[in-house]
Amino acid sequence: MTKLLEDILVLDFSQFLSGPYASLRLSDMGARVIKIERPVIGDICRTLYVSDVKIDGVESTIFHAINRNKESFTADIKEETELEKIKKLIRKADILIHNFRPGVMERVGLGYETVKQMNPQIIYAQISGYGEKGEWKDLPGQDLLLQSVSGITYLNGNQTDPPTPMGVAAADILAGTHLVQGILAALFSRFDSGEGALVQVSMLESLIDFQFEVLTCFFNDGYALPERSAVNNGHAYIAAPYGIYQTADGYIALAMGSITLLGRLLQCDLLCKYDQPSEWFDKRDEIKTILKDHLLTRTTKEWLHILEPADIWCSDVFDYDTLLKSEGYNVLDMEQQVVSGNKKIKTTRCPVRVDEKILKSAKGAPALGEHTLAIGKEFEL
Amino acid sequence: MHLPLKGIVVLEFSQYLSGPCAGLRLADLGAQVIKIERPQKGEAGRKLAIKNLWADESSLLFHTINRNKESFTADLDDPQDMQWIKRLIGQADVITHNFRPGVMKKKGLHYEAVKEINPGIIYTEISGYGNDGPWKNKPGQDLLIQSLSGLTHSTGNYDDNPLPFGLGIADYLCGNQAVQFILGALIRKKRTGKGAFLQLSLMEALIDFQFEFFTTYFQSKRQHKRSAVSNGHSLLSAPYGIYKTRDGYIAIAMMPLQKLNAAIACAALNVFEEKEAFEKRDEIKAIISAHLLTATTASWLKKTQPLDLWVMPVLNWRQLKETDGYKVLQMEQQVQLNDKEITTTRCPVRINGQLFLSAKPAPAVGQHTENIKATLSLKL
Repeated sequence: MTKLLEDILVLDFSQFLSGPYASLRLSDMGARVIKIERPVIGDICRTLYVSDVKIDGVESTIFHAINRNKESFTADIKEETELEKIKKLIRKADILIHNFRPGVMERVGLGYETVKQMNPQIIYAQISGYGEKGEWKDLPGQDLLLQSVSGITYLNGNQTDPPTPMGVAAADILAGTHLVQGILAALFSRFDSGEGALVQVSMLESLIDFQFEVLTCFFNDGYALPERSAVNNGHAYIAAPYGIYQTADGYIALAMGSITLLGRLLQCDLLCKYDQPSEWFDKRDEIKTILKDHLLTRTTKEWLHILEPADIWCSDVFDYDTLLKSEGYNVLDMEQQVVSGNKKIKTTRCPVRVDEKILKSAKGAPALGEHTLAIGKEFEL
Repeated sequence: MHLPLKGIVVLEFSQYLSGPCAGLRLADLGAQVIKIERPQKGEAGRKLAIKNLWADESSLLFHTINRNKESFTADLDDPQDMQWIKRLIGQADVITHNFRPGVMKKKGLHYEAVKEINPGIIYTEISGYGNDGPWKNKPGQDLLIQSLSGLTHSTGNYDDNPLPFGLGIADYLCGNQAVQFILGALIRKKRTGKGAFLQLSLMEALIDFQFEFFTTYFQSKRQHKRSAVSNGHSLLSAPYGIYKTRDGYIAIAMMPLQKLNAAIACAALNVFEEKEAFEKRDEIKAIISAHLLTATTASWLKKTQPLDLWVMPVLNWRQLKETDGYKVLQMEQQVQLNDKEITTTRCPVRINGQLFLSAKPAPAVGQHTENIKATLSLKL
């Protein structure tokens, strides 16, 4: 047995991103993941209209990115005979995942208490938007909405900008990440206790955890709200020069560092006057304005040539066009080809190496119901 | 409280955020996490404060990330101290470190060496950019990784500079992925006795974080562009984004344009068809922006939420803290530091309805060295 989760069977009832991202990682670790989908429509993500890029003109690229290395079994849970098949599968499964709103699985007779009767060893894992209780529990658990109530939108952008959401589905991805942690912790203890468990994560709790450092400042600093820097904000709680600056031909990122040292290296006398480290936070907008003007005078490459040898924390700022041409990206071997039906699709791989091996799998996302017959036979449904 | 990782010993050679936030989660799940620190000074993160907030000699930031852990000091260049470290390794299940490539090898604590002492060890290393290539010795700092990974082109509007996330996403996500794989490796170890060598990098974590964008880019060969108005996600159509209202802000996620129109009665939207919602998103969003300014957030919510449209108010922390939705989650907990109480957040995962809480503060430098040595001596 070389894979971390060899022989572990996951039934994934979830849709969109949060749950499927969790099961993707479990499949990367070697688990067998079967998506349980509704006939005809399947996971809504299959047709989620994303930008103007579709594969075969039908399915979204996002669906393929999230659902590679999985199988698809279709069943109409509302039909008695189909539900029986699902129940048979549940008896064989180690893990069940869903991300329906609270109460939905209970209504179809697949709530935790019922499932536990069928299979006391199962790890039953669910992601909600806002938890199982309270005024928000029935509201849609969508990423932008969760970001918006979590306070996180007041951390990005500059002081005078409106609240600015992170442009990646952070709540979905982090909730999926935390769910895997809970699932595997419960699975680990099952090997001693023989007992399954209910694992619950909500997107809101995940976003609060993501902000744990700055929220702890808020709690212990008289509930002072974050103040984004007015100039090139990189982090509301960090001193100058932290941020991204325009140069003569592009951009440069500067992380933490001494302002006076920067002043000397960049030959910017105005900066050298700030010789008290406490000023680097208190007067950060003033300092960053000076830096902003100064960095415009030369190219990114020129600045990096000066700063990198002095071990100043700095870097170029790439988009995908430039990143994909860089050796630093290519040496990581982050891309992989998966095969889905007769299509070849390029996507990224699992980010973690195990025993010095990159984890890749050519198995693409399944067509809707692609494995229904085979799974039916295998499990004698 | 049932702690699934009770009895698991983790040696944390990590500093700052990525490795230590992994250690924090393992500690909350019940592992004994021992920070291995330099004598006197301890971990570098102790002196890293944000907003100049301190809990004692160490920053509030350090206390936030390192609660519920123990501290063992050792000088890794001192042969006697190294004997203790090797004895500790013999008893440990997991090691984490996030030094730059080559540092642990110089100390004789690279995987090959550690495996000789303890073949079942789960050895976890976190680097900035992996162990090969031109960036391997670059500082693995969060903002730099965001900048190189392309992430800064996702947030903010079309005309903005590249805009970073205002939080350490690379550190945080990578630490969380480390926890996933450590747990996976603990499961394999339980079934087979086999240890594991896990390697992560902040850069790979952020590429994975953008997997939807990369996969889309691989098909289209076009760099995605942020929307010029209220950008929420560069791959999504109008109305997706945050809009100003008469008294605040409202977030509007995916929904058919005419459904939104029916709810908010914005006549100027009548002419747009759904298939134009991506291509003409800036034009459409500008119209929505102007319209939403005419009434309050509460009044828009009243018109949209009952129709199950995907909308929410935009809250800051003070507003969030007052809501019932926040209070029922019980996300806060108190950590007892001598005579001081620090309020922080708890582990976001529940198992069997149980919250994982712990009042145990971050350790002082070397606070548990003598105790741990005494326990090790008993075991020999």
